[in-house]
Amino acid sequence: MKYVLKLYITGQTPASIRALENLKRIMAEELSQEYHLEVIDVLEDPVLAEDEKIIATPTLVKSLPPPLARIIGDLSNREKVLLGLDVVSNRKEVRQ
Amino acid sequence: MTQTVHTDGPVKKIVTGIPGFDAISMGGLPKGRTTLVTGTAGSSKTIMAVQFLIHGMQKYDEPGVFVTFEETPIDIRRNVGSFGWNLEQYSNEGRLAFVDGSPEPGQSTVETGNYDFSALLARIESAVKKVGAQRVAIDSVSALFSQFADAGVVRRELFRLAAGLKQMGVTSLLTAERLQEYGDIARFGVEEFVADNVIVLRNVLEQERRRRTIEILKYRGSAHQKGEFPFTISPDGIAILPLSAMELTQKSSNVRISSGNEELDRMCSGGYYRDSVILVSGATGTGKTLMVTTFLDNGSKCGEKTLVFAFEESREQLLRNAIGWSIDFRKWEEKGLLKILCQYPETLGLEDHLLWMKKEIENFGPTRVALDSLSALERVSSVKSFREFVIALTAHLKAKETAGLFTATTVSLMGGTSITETHISSITDSIILLRYVELMGEMRRGITVLKMRGSWHDKAIREFEIDDKGMHIGRAFHAVSGILAGTPTRLVLAEQERMGEMFQRK
Repeated sequence: MKYVLKLYITGQTPASIRALENLKRIMAEELSQEYHLEVIDVLEDPVLAEDEKIIATPTLVKSLPPPLARIIGDLSNREKVLLGLDVVSNRKEVRQ
Repeated sequence: MTQTVHTDGPVKKIVTGIPGFDAISMGGLPKGRTTLVTGTAGSSKTIMAVQFLIHGMQKYDEPGVFVTFEETPIDIRRNVGSFGWNLEQYSNEGRLAFVDGSPEPGQSTVETGNYDFSALLARIESAVKKVGAQRVAIDSVSALFSQFADAGVVRRELFRLAAGLKQMGVTSLLTAERLQEYGDIARFGVEEFVADNVIVLRNVLEQERRRRTIEILKYRGSAHQKGEFPFTISPDGIAILPLSAMELTQKSSNVRISSGNEELDRMCSGGYYRDSVILVSGATGTGKTLMVTTFLDNGSKCGEKTLVFAFEESREQLLRNAIGWSIDFRKWEEKGLLKILCQYPETLGLEDHLLWMKKEIENFGPTRVALDSLSALERVSSVKSFREFVIALTAHLKAKETAGLFTATTVSLMGGTSITETHISSITDSIILLRYVELMGEMRRGITVLKMRGSWHDKAIREFEIDDKGMHIGRAFHAVSGILAGTPTRLVLAEQERMGEMFQRK
């Protein structure tokens, strides 16, 4: 199933940029399949944040595949991001 | 309460509209600032937060934003619906906006790396702009600590939140939980970040009864009443009883009204004052309820509306008693001149009794109110709250220029004072004592006017009898002493003469 992700940020802050970079790198390295990523700037569109009850930014929301999950922070810890996304690491599989 | 902004020193305040709060806070909440409301679970923090917004929208045309971290907006709407607050309607009218930060159950959350609450701030700001909010309520920040793992980050971000709210120029009320009624101000040290103003709500178990109080702990740069004030959750929300804040500004009336007994009127030099509160104290069966009955009957005869709160006897019993003294209460009831309200003292806390009584007095508009008996109410409360209750009720009656007749039951049959009397005698204007007098193997009854503020009164202890026409006051007890002490003794004539001489000789 295709991954559907939403990344909520507030403006182009260092944390926002870092989160986006981290995410793209992790996805490229760990996920072989395609994914859909939408970046939502809460400052520009607070209503979208309202729907998802976003309090903290950056927040990554994985809507598909289920279950719904969210990862809060700049995504600097690869293991935690993978855990949150429920992605089995490619590398680990290779190693095994 | 006609203006929205009070000037009080350097800090302006906005009138909240919460009954009593504006009195104890001397004008309301500090305008443009954040006030922290802390309390244990169930101390009505959420109700206060919602009520702050509701009154703003209802009375002062000040739109509001409600930020919730605990319950969902749907739950809140449902929970406060019982107060007649229709949040949905305000939302539809565009005067109220919710910012929902309630936790999403069943959703896994992982934290990795730095984050802040910029999104929350942006959402609040957008909601404030959308409805043009002047009031913001946030309930409760303590819940944020369970949503986010890093308490340090939450604290830092709350500090930013408070700063952000200040910048938006809104007056905000922020709730936080505490674990003990008397202990740390709030969990997680929240108060350090929004410490300008702190209000504590308490819900203390006192004599097997919950007693709610509110205290303004801190109001930086601004005057306020100090100490705890009792409040109650009425059908219209929180109502604070600012007893100690009450001022003695009652008008006093020189008009006299009849007690319903001519001789007693003479003893009081023409009757009770129109706006006075009279305490009738006596042992059981001395005729207290009879005095209540004639007092009310006389009022109705003059075409006045009278109201009695009975805490010891049922309506039927009162009607039957009255008939026994040739008074037809039913007739007055039918004419709408009399209202009998009965309730068990135990059914409500004193604060709620007071609220109920004030409401009934307000609705019926009587000129005479009787309460039979105060002692029954005293049984269900502490000395302090009982005194506060009597003060508040007395003040309410006086403000309305209503005469009040309260009864109190003495513990012992002979002599003695009632506990009630000791606690409130200074509050009432007049005190009438009814006492049993045991003389020569016979039980007789005596009546005396112990005190009557601002008026001459008969100082003698007079004998009285009760028959099917009511009370008949006769002559003073002669050559008897020690009646009030409960040990009546007949003085021998010679001794009496000697005593007379003693005082004449000087």
